[in-house]
Amino acid sequence: MKIHEFQAKELLKNHGVAVQDGIAIKKLSQFDKAVGALKKRGINQFVVKSQIHAGGRGKGKLYDPKTKELVLEGGVKFTTSEKKAKEYAEKMLGNILVTIQTGAEGKKVKTLFITEGLDYKTELYLSILLDRGVSKNVIMASTEGGVEIEKVADETPEKIIKVWIDPAVGIQAFHARELGFGLGLTGNAFKDFVKFLPKLYNAYEKSDASMLEINPLIITNDDRIVALDAKMNFDDNALYRHPEILAYRDLDEEDPLEIEASKFSLNYIKLDGNVGCMVNGAGLAMATMDIIKLAGGEPANFLDVGGGANKETVANGFKIILSDKNVKAILINIFGGIVRCDRVAQGVIDAVNEIGVKVPVVVRLEGTNAEEAGVLLVKSGLNFEVAKTLQEAAEKVTVVLKK
Amino acid sequence: MSILLDKKTRVVVQGITGSEGSFHTSQMIEYGTKVVAGVTPGKGGTDFQGIHIYNTVSEAVKNQKADASAIFVPPPFAADAILEAVEAGIKLIVCITEGIPAKDMTKVFNAIKNKDVRLIGPNCPGLISPGKAKIGIMPGFIHKKGKVGVVSRSGTLTYEAVKQLSDLKIGQSTCVGIGGDPIIGSQFIDVIKLFNDDPGTEGIVMIGEIGGSAEEEAAAYIKKYVKKPVVGFIAGRTAPPGRRMGHAGAIIAGGKGTAAEKMKVMKKAGIHVVESPAEIGIAMQKALLNK
Repeated sequence: MKIHEFQAKELLKNHGVAVQDGIAIKKLSQFDKAVGALKKRGINQFVVKSQIHAGGRGKGKLYDPKTKELVLEGGVKFTTSEKKAKEYAEKMLGNILVTIQTGAEGKKVKTLFITEGLDYKTELYLSILLDRGVSKNVIMASTEGGVEIEKVADETPEKIIKVWIDPAVGIQAFHARELGFGLGLTGNAFKDFVKFLPKLYNAYEKSDASMLEINPLIITNDDRIVALDAKMNFDDNALYRHPEILAYRDLDEEDPLEIEASKFSLNYIKLDGNVGCMVNGAGLAMATMDIIKLAGGEPANFLDVGGGANKETVANGFKIILSDKNVKAILINIFGGIVRCDRVAQGVIDAVNEIGVKVPVVVRLEGTNAEEAGVLLVKSGLNFEVAKTLQEAAEKVTVVLKK
Repeated sequence: MSILLDKKTRVVVQGITGSEGSFHTSQMIEYGTKVVAGVTPGKGGTDFQGIHIYNTVSEAVKNQKADASAIFVPPPFAADAILEAVEAGIKLIVCITEGIPAKDMTKVFNAIKNKDVRLIGPNCPGLISPGKAKIGIMPGFIHKKGKVGVVSRSGTLTYEAVKQLSDLKIGQSTCVGIGGDPIIGSQFIDVIKLFNDDPGTEGIVMIGEIGGSAEEEAAAYIKKYVKKPVVGFIAGRTAPPGRRMGHAGAIIAGGKGTAAEKMKVMKKAGIHVVESPAEIGIAMQKALLNK
């Protein structure tokens, strides 16, 4: 699960991590109060930051959702003027922010984070994530802050330094020293970093985060280490024990079809293709998408109906796939191991009768009672293309797409 | 021959009284697995279909000489169940549970990595030595006893591959589902080493997915040490970056772990990489003929 920058900073602050101070607003009417509160804290320069679940905000562009006209260049703006800050806020809120990560359709800015503007001398990079190769968390740091880390990794990999944390021992001061010296820090900045890092790591660990990225991490003119940005993702499997993080979930940032699917315990991801698919099991679902592509189509979605493929799951799956207007055909591929294929077939028939599916449906059911299932499908008199093998299913998809 | 599991393996089922645990225990017994005990804390002294239930794994080991464990306990308690089995001296632990937090598995993995224990999973279908025994949830009837080893990160896609092999009359020595999570007890390389050393295995099918670099590491090992023919497939060529494709481990992050990259490395290692998941069986048939 992803959260916004202002939420990540709140979480980090609660763990004692030094972050750029700020107040989130959802309406322009809240602006004056927020700035007033910041001024009371002695803040007199501001950054207005658009809050969306995508990177590249600083270099993004804001468009009016109705006229499609360009309103503002840059989704993150620094200013020393309160008046100017309000102008920026007005141009961001409610408009569409397009960044390299949002795609051309962009994302509507519904929240702004009004923060302190800090004067700093150095930008660094810091992140924590799980290194699957060694099954330990790794902390990565680089002097190349403020740029994309993938670029640094490609061009100057020697500028990324890493330490791995043994989960039984946890983070120690020497880890922080190793990274601090590696980054070339000295004096008070070094001392502050050695205090900063364990707090950051513990925030990551205790909240079951799967990724924490501070880019940039800054050294202020008075030698303090502060997280200027914060990006956090969380392990979905651990959310059950973190209601406080689940409360950060922003449904506006998620695809409405995916939210709908999750209500029925269906694992759905919308894609841009023309062939919808419904499969049991994640690996087979990916393989089915691959075979659609090989058959000359483009997968319209990933949909794993899970272990218990019954009438309800199939019907809900159809509804979700069909609400995507690009879908020209549907491929159902169920390998019934424990699930009986004849029951799945009946579910498919009932669902098609109930919903009135207009696009051609290629059905491939394999496993327990597969033959009975085939007979049921053919007898139904509905417009199914029944395939026995995966190969045959692919060929039938090619044929129905050409019709 | 087979690896890890045969008719003599004595299995304890942790979470035997849960709905998944009880259903699959019956299925395993029906297939021929020697299930000697069950564990459900608080239900010690009762029984399930004549199988004695204990409160702890160590009691099951002491009284029934269990040497392998099948874990069906819910995600919040699964890491604990694995560690309990390790402490009790179980040598083969198969964790079926899906949805264990990565943090819990990181602790488990590092706690057991230097111990004489083999963990399969979590979030896996388990393993089966056809005609002998199975520990897991795979449908037994699609398998056929024979000489091809199958190792895979997926569940139903493994069944698909097995069905293709069996339809071509190519039997399997052992099929191992290693699981779809980012942290798993055994990697491709661990299982492939066992297949390579098993005189009863003549060919290997390896089915990977996007995410991580386990397939690349296995490919490097295969290139160096494996003379048996290996057929490979990677699912997720059409998956978009940054999205978790069902399995927590199936995600392309930072441009790494793509199917194209993995397939390229595997081809270079001499693995017969198939483009389509429908060609896994045929590719193995050809590879065995040209051996």
